[in-house]
Amino acid sequence: MLNSYAVVGLYLLIALAFPFVTLLIVSLMRPSKPNPLKNSTYECGMETIGDTWVQFRAQYYLFALVFVIFDIEVVFLYPWAVAYGKLGLFALVEMVIFIGMLALALVYAWRKGILEWQ
Amino acid sequence: MNPLDPRILGEWWNTFLRGLGLAEGWIVFINGLVVTLILLGFGLTSVIFLIWLERKFAGRIQDRLGPNRVGPYGLLQTVADALKLMTKEDITPDNAERVTYNLAPGLAVFAVLMLLVVIPFGPGLIGVDLNIGVLYIVAMGSIGIMAALMAGWASNNKYALLGGFRTVAQLLSYEIPMVLAMSVPVLFAGTMSMHGIVEKQARFQWFGLIMPAAFLLYIISALAENERTPFDLLEAESEIVAGYHIEYSGMKFAWFFLAFFLNTLILSAIAATLFLGGWQGPFVEQVPILGVFYFFIKTTAILLFFMWVRATFPRLRIDQMMALAWKVLVPMGLVLVLLAALVVKLPIPGLLQNLILFVTNIAILLFVLGAVGRHLRKEAERYKVRYQVSGIR
Repeated sequence: MLNSYAVVGLYLLIALAFPFVTLLIVSLMRPSKPNPLKNSTYECGMETIGDTWVQFRAQYYLFALVFVIFDIEVVFLYPWAVAYGKLGLFALVEMVIFIGMLALALVYAWRKGILEWQ
Repeated sequence: MNPLDPRILGEWWNTFLRGLGLAEGWIVFINGLVVTLILLGFGLTSVIFLIWLERKFAGRIQDRLGPNRVGPYGLLQTVADALKLMTKEDITPDNAERVTYNLAPGLAVFAVLMLLVVIPFGPGLIGVDLNIGVLYIVAMGSIGIMAALMAGWASNNKYALLGGFRTVAQLLSYEIPMVLAMSVPVLFAGTMSMHGIVEKQARFQWFGLIMPAAFLLYIISALAENERTPFDLLEAESEIVAGYHIEYSGMKFAWFFLAFFLNTLILSAIAATLFLGGWQGPFVEQVPILGVFYFFIKTTAILLFFMWVRATFPRLRIDQMMALAWKVLVPMGLVLVLLAALVVKLPIPGLLQNLILFVTNIAILLFVLGAVGRHLRKEAERYKVRYQVSGIR
């Protein structure tokens, strides 16, 4: 098993290096004649007014928070699903309770209006 | 001994390497190198074909010819495009954050390439049969979200930033139903290894046939994860021009493009593996090489379905997109997981279990479709009233 992770590690290194090395090689093939107009933001149209990095709408944060709840659920769901065949009825009861609590969280968020996009 | 069996070929190859008197570490290294070269070569060449296929297919659907100038049937069009992008000037805006800006496209490609390792192309034909295959897919798939946000943020362009935010919101939201749908095959098979899941689907016990609702859940989430129509509002041309990759040109744009198309292929391949039995099919036991053929038939079918949807559907609004994910797909996914767990534990024969699952799945699908349809009709009624009041027809 350790050997197969070694193969994944090697693949990871090459897959990570490949796009950047290609960018480097290609940079030798292409012209480079920058000028201020060309390098301006959104070169093909009017420049937008004001700073880009301003405070953005808070609703994205709310969805990210709800996402974190359910993403943690996944961490527990997969080992449970793998071992489910070998476990008794209590595994089902426990998962019903667990998913029930998560569903409650979802219902709470829904009732609070977090899931409405304004 | 069957020379066409990839498993026997693999054994023969390992014996050959050992016969050369190499140490175990070197054998692992050489095998890793071979796997890497084959997968990278396959990924990059398949994208060239895929782009051609998508343009030709969409063209035919919309009563156009599609590319037909460069090479026979326009097959070399993508090669010409790639050469053009390679030799094109690469502009980095003055205001951009240079390090993040240059890192993002490479990271997007990396995230997609990593997924190729665990795709089983045929019996014994898999990069690495990890015992956590499905979890690996979920983990590696999330890196792409980071690349999109990095690109949108570093471009220092309002359209790009908006596109980046929308991308993150959409990909995060649809990851939950996707993961819930993928946990159903894991529950049935009792393993996360991609090969193990395929082997459990022998004799047409495809999990997609037993649980059609879970299969549909995966397909919808895959469309969203792939940023395809009807979920392409994050690169809506009419609102935010092109989304997070608006400032990119030349090879960096090509990387985003490649990541997009390779992701389509991989998501279809995962759907075929988890829900349509992967390389399983008639006579695979006798002639294992047929498995590769079956796998690509299934993958191409799902791929063409994605392209069909892209060529025909209009785009969702952002509130509709978020509501669909959180109010329809996530509850549906939770119900499906619990349903599968419940029925598997029933003390009745397997065939009856599958029948019960199939019938309840159809019932759930009909209920969800009915609820969404009722909601849409009510909304349409509201809009009609509002327009009549304000005098707009």
